[in-house]
Amino acid sequence: MEYILNPWPWYITGPLIALVMALLLYFGKTFGMSSNLRTMCSIMGAGKAATFFNFNWKEQKWNLMVVLGAIIGGFIATEYLSNDSATDLNPTTIVELQNMGFEDSGTTLVPNEMYSIEALTSTKGLLLLILGGLLVGFGTRYAGGCTSGHAITGLSSLQKPSLIAVIGFFIGGLIMTNFILPLIF
Amino acid sequence: MKYLKFLLVGIFFGIVLVKSEAVSWYRIYEMFRFQSFHMYGIIGTAIATGVLFLQISKKGIIKSIKGADIFVPKKEKGITRYIIGGTIFGLGWALIGACPGPMYILLGTGVYSMIIVIVAALLGTFIYGVLKDKLPH
Repeated sequence: MEYILNPWPWYITGPLIALVMALLLYFGKTFGMSSNLRTMCSIMGAGKAATFFNFNWKEQKWNLMVVLGAIIGGFIATEYLSNDSATDLNPTTIVELQNMGFEDSGTTLVPNEMYSIEALTSTKGLLLLILGGLLVGFGTRYAGGCTSGHAITGLSSLQKPSLIAVIGFFIGGLIMTNFILPLIF
Repeated sequence: MKYLKFLLVGIFFGIVLVKSEAVSWYRIYEMFRFQSFHMYGIIGTAIATGVLFLQISKKGIIKSIKGADIFVPKKEKGITRYIIGGTIFGLGWALIGACPGPMYILLGTGVYSMIIVIVAALLGTFIYGVLKDKLPH
């Protein structure tokens, strides 16, 4: 039981993520966690504003079930399959984050400095979450996929467009973490 | 019932990503600071296993549930959209510490402010859809 309650090592979880991709391919579908955003836009009537959203979203219902499952999975993992062990972060990371004003690094999954109710009530906190969401939603559709669609599925099937997209993910991520985050915090 | 298997795959995915800490904002920060091997290990072994699975299935040994060949759709050719779109995505990924999968999973773990991120991501997708024809691809 202890093995399950403690965080799982990367060499166990990497192959398990590939298993998720394999299962969906076996079911005749493709692993990609961002296309559901387009589907939800269509359901809400975005097709009236742009033809991009005019497609038969009913064929994508299975994908919304994966999303619902992911939410439930997150709940089950935290409620029943976890102990209080903190994320085993590099001590340098913890010190760096402390200097930027992030306390208790790794004791939670996301920093309270960004996601707590107090953070939300500040204009800056709210704007950061909105900006982050906008960038992810816009960028993933522009790039035609996200981490699961490009980094896992695309690279596993040796596709060059996915390699370029993943390089883009890293350019953006490196700029944000190394240059912009220190300016914000 | 047709959809139950997809719900179960989603649940499994959610559990794996929480237990691997891949949904941790801190792990994403650490990755982009090259201060830990953890995320590279996860992504690397996932791709290695994925390549193995797809190469084996290419030989026709593994078929889909309907007996058809395992098929991965080809991404459109191009460079511009992947580099620009990818970079924009990366900026957001590192800021909020979550990509589309973890956004939902974290909501399930009780991070309710993630709803704001998800709504903003929907809006971002909508903006792309509206601007699509004016953007270089």
